[in-house]
Amino acid sequence: MGRLGSFYGSMVGKKVVMGVTGLIGIAYLILHVLGNLLVFRGPTAINSYAHFLKSTGELLWTVRIILIVAVILHVVAAVQLTQQNRAARPIGYTRREPQVATIASRTMRWGGALLLIFIIFHILHFTTGTIRPAGVFSSEDVYANMVTSFRIWWVALFYVIAMVALGLHLFHGAWSSVRSIGVSPKSPQPFHRTVSLLLAVLVWAGFTSIPVAVFVGLVR
Amino acid sequence: MNLTLHVWRQAGPDAPGKMVIYEATGVSPEMSFLEMLDVVNEGLTERGEVPIAFDHDCREGICGSCSLMINGVAHGPMRGTATCQLHMRSFKDGDTIYIEPWRARAFRVIKDLAVDRSPLDRIIQAGGFITAPTGSAQDANNILVAKESVDDAMDAAACIGCGACVAACPNASASLFTAAKITHLGLLPQGQSERYRRALKMVQQMELEEFGSCTLHGECQEACPKEISIDTITRMNRDFLRASLLGTRP
Amino acid sequence: MTLNLQARIPTGPLPQKWDKHRFEMKLVSPANKRKYTVVVVGSGLAGGAASATMSELGYNVKCFCFQDSPRRAHSIAAQGGINAAKNYRNDGDSVYRLFYDTVKGGDFRSREANVYRLAELSVNIIDQCVAQGVPFAREYGGLLANRSFGGAQVSRTFYARGQTGQQLLLGAYQALERQIAAGGVKMYPRTEMLDLVVIDGQARGIIARDLVTGAIEAHVADAVVLASGGYGNVFFLSTNAQGSNATAIWRAYKRGAAFANPCFTQIHPTCIPVHGEYQSKLTLMSESLRNDGRVWVPKQKGDKRDPRQIPEADRDYYLERKYPSFGNLAPRDIASRAAKEVCDEGRGVGETGFGVYLDFADAIKRLGKSVIEDRYGNLFDMYERITNENPYEVPMRIYPAVHYTMGGLWVDYNLMSTVNGLHVTGEANFSDHGANRLGASALMQGLADGYFIIPSTIGDYLATRKPAKVDTTHAAFRDALAGVAERTKRFLAIEGKRTVASFHRELGKIMWEYCGMSRNEAGLKIALTKIPELRAEFWRNVNIPGSDAELNQALEKAGRVADFLELAELMCIDALHRTESCGAHFREESQTPDGEALRDDDHFAYVAAWEYAGEGKPPILNREPLVFENVPLSQRSYK
Repeated sequence: MGRLGSFYGSMVGKKVVMGVTGLIGIAYLILHVLGNLLVFRGPTAINSYAHFLKSTGELLWTVRIILIVAVILHVVAAVQLTQQNRAARPIGYTRREPQVATIASRTMRWGGALLLIFIIFHILHFTTGTIRPAGVFSSEDVYANMVTSFRIWWVALFYVIAMVALGLHLFHGAWSSVRSIGVSPKSPQPFHRTVSLLLAVLVWAGFTSIPVAVFVGLVR
Repeated sequence: MNLTLHVWRQAGPDAPGKMVIYEATGVSPEMSFLEMLDVVNEGLTERGEVPIAFDHDCREGICGSCSLMINGVAHGPMRGTATCQLHMRSFKDGDTIYIEPWRARAFRVIKDLAVDRSPLDRIIQAGGFITAPTGSAQDANNILVAKESVDDAMDAAACIGCGACVAACPNASASLFTAAKITHLGLLPQGQSERYRRALKMVQQMELEEFGSCTLHGECQEACPKEISIDTITRMNRDFLRASLLGTRP
Repeated sequence: MTLNLQARIPTGPLPQKWDKHRFEMKLVSPANKRKYTVVVVGSGLAGGAASATMSELGYNVKCFCFQDSPRRAHSIAAQGGINAAKNYRNDGDSVYRLFYDTVKGGDFRSREANVYRLAELSVNIIDQCVAQGVPFAREYGGLLANRSFGGAQVSRTFYARGQTGQQLLLGAYQALERQIAAGGVKMYPRTEMLDLVVIDGQARGIIARDLVTGAIEAHVADAVVLASGGYGNVFFLSTNAQGSNATAIWRAYKRGAAFANPCFTQIHPTCIPVHGEYQSKLTLMSESLRNDGRVWVPKQKGDKRDPRQIPEADRDYYLERKYPSFGNLAPRDIASRAAKEVCDEGRGVGETGFGVYLDFADAIKRLGKSVIEDRYGNLFDMYERITNENPYEVPMRIYPAVHYTMGGLWVDYNLMSTVNGLHVTGEANFSDHGANRLGASALMQGLADGYFIIPSTIGDYLATRKPAKVDTTHAAFRDALAGVAERTKRFLAIEGKRTVASFHRELGKIMWEYCGMSRNEAGLKIALTKIPELRAEFWRNVNIPGSDAELNQALEKAGRVADFLELAELMCIDALHRTESCGAHFREESQTPDGEALRDDDHFAYVAAWEYAGEGKPPILNREPLVFENVPLSQRSYK
């Protein structure tokens, strides 16, 4: 066990782990959304970008492993903390009126669970091609994969819903992760969160624009 | 004005409890919330019933005894105000008011609305002090403390230990309470030698007492009668992280 | 039988007494300290500081408080500040000046040697509190800030916003919690002392009730320290906390401790007026408000106009008129009496007619709203929260309220009562404030007693007396236990019609009417017939629901009110016997031609220490003469 074990054993330690892994996720999402937006510049742009990523080989796998470990740690810590938090109040209130908790903060758990399902689906869908809603998949033609999939209403809808969950998750998570790891500066208005609002909106809009654009026929 | 009260009644720590309905009549808007309960209790006593037990003492918002969840809000609807300084003019004739005790595994109900908050004392015991045995102090002005630091320390030191932060937190976390003390002492030069040991020990004790964790809903800051900032929690996490990774030596 | 009141004041010049005494006191060796157990009742500044410090020294300490945590003791509510003769302002302050001001402010009814020691220790208190991390206000350079307070001519008051008492108490509380964790102090929260056990003339323990389970238990000790605070709640309405009570000192009185100057009660001039029958407490507004606010009432009786509509010509700024040199800053007792006087004339304001205006209109005009907001913003907010009136626009209404009791158990220089081994500290004793306490000196006394005096003098007691071993099987313990249990059962068996609070409220009215801001023979005699009647009715007709084996707040209150009903009588007896006026004790028969308090030093320059003579017998008066060798007796004047 030792120092690291007792660190993770504590709830604050787990929150720090969630904060750090959350920030890794945020960094990845920023790159991911910027890359995806290349879809609006046509098939060549995004396909060659995808090709470039694959060509990095070991680097790609390093990033993938970091991401997978981050997701696992994030989820495991979340589950453990949720259990501890539920146990901390065995008898609830007859009436409770949250004052400042946002929809975002209150949907972190369910939204997070949805996102986990989405991530698995997303990998099986676009990375491995295991799930093929349109019946076709090409590891070279990312553009085609997107266009064929998002023409299907339920795929587009699932992605749009998941991105709402992602936006909310980011709105709370981007703001709270830096607090969990103790790096956010003192502020006269701690609830003001311009950066995380901006981040959440941009990431949400960026990702959502693609299935929507495909579905309505702007991208074909 | 006349009110309908739904009050949690529980005869003892191990007895089952339930919400009981009382009519409060002839309530005047100038009464404080606790004076309204006094009147209800006088009526119950005159009818030979057991009055409602609740903690209270100074009734001027500083001792931290009073501890009521009023209509689902810790200390009721007025911001930055403990239950004892809440007045009935915040309510309207005909209102229904739910009154419940603080709820947390760590806060055992003793009777009705009174709970055991000794876990908060034990968190202080774990490290919420500066070791300075009586008589060992140097002249007070030998320690310079920047005005800004002492003002921030005072903001955190204003905590009255009422436990509203725990009551309001969806996770029943005592983070704001613990962090306020870590911040108060950690901002002062006198508190530096024990700063990281303090953070480590107090956080460990907080968790031993089975409080929940902080998920930064911010409900604690909103419920706090002294409006202590959740920035203190950031500071607690930072000092705890530092102590965990690099040890408690300053 | 009369007591031999030995003050045990050390010989020698005033400034050397405490030093000399500390050297002459016997010490307990470090190895022996842990063999001694000291019971401390109360966890405020006096009790908390004493418990922590004695534990640091190595004694076993058992500390009791009725609140759910030692941090809630009523010291926490003190707002203004704490005096110390640091002379950091270079404005001519000194230990001697603080001593002089305190003796004079107390209207020459305190003991010089004790007061001098208090002034000396004030300096160490600030050092100790800063070391503990008390966030006193600072200047930008990082040095400590001061303000002048309560009409003092020097700036010697240290403060932490308007929460000085809270911060000092938390300092003591944290030191106490540290000792609890270290095992030196066993804390008994939600536990109330209900009797003192005296064996062979020595205090050997207490009987206490666990307020949660109802269990009544005996606790053996080698010495007992009562730090249980004052008894202002005799008046029902006061600025004290709801639970503040006299039970510990009253039980000790009945076991042989003399009660000194019980009638000396401080009435604070700036409180929010009473607003209704159901009201449970009065809220203090800091005295500092009088620095900028002007006190007035209408000139005409029954002038019910909106105060803003009353022209200057129709206003009576009575403090400025009567005391031109001190004006609105006249001392507490004087300002309070003046307010009562104008209200008794029918010129009081507000619904009840018991209020005067404290008007900031001129100050706002002169300094601007933002300056006033800076200085008093939090107080104005608190006022608005309670009264729903905006003091920036409408003058505040204030009225005097009971705030502090200078009287208490008689103690010698070692803070030991007339019962050997029973020590009394803080507001619970009578020692330092004479007939009137100056602002910002209650915190000072509590901490001087707790941190510095008791930890030294208790050692001398233990080393000199070497108390023999006793245990709870001793007959005295068994009798006391049985007595407490019997009394508890008696309360529950009355099953009458009236609530405890109704008796308390009625007692408060009697006391406020006849033993409040001004007293006279006829009124005190009326009180002395009404109180026993009320007490008799209480024991016949009080209704206490519930059982004694649970948290029973009505039962707790009943015990306290039963004791108040006895103490109130002693207060009136004391007030009746002291036919002079002094400090807060104003006898209408003894005043100067222009209505000021007139002392009678020839007959009353003594401490009245009342001795319990048994059930139904009048208490016995013992006198400790007061000798003033350093501060010449003089009449106070604030004209």
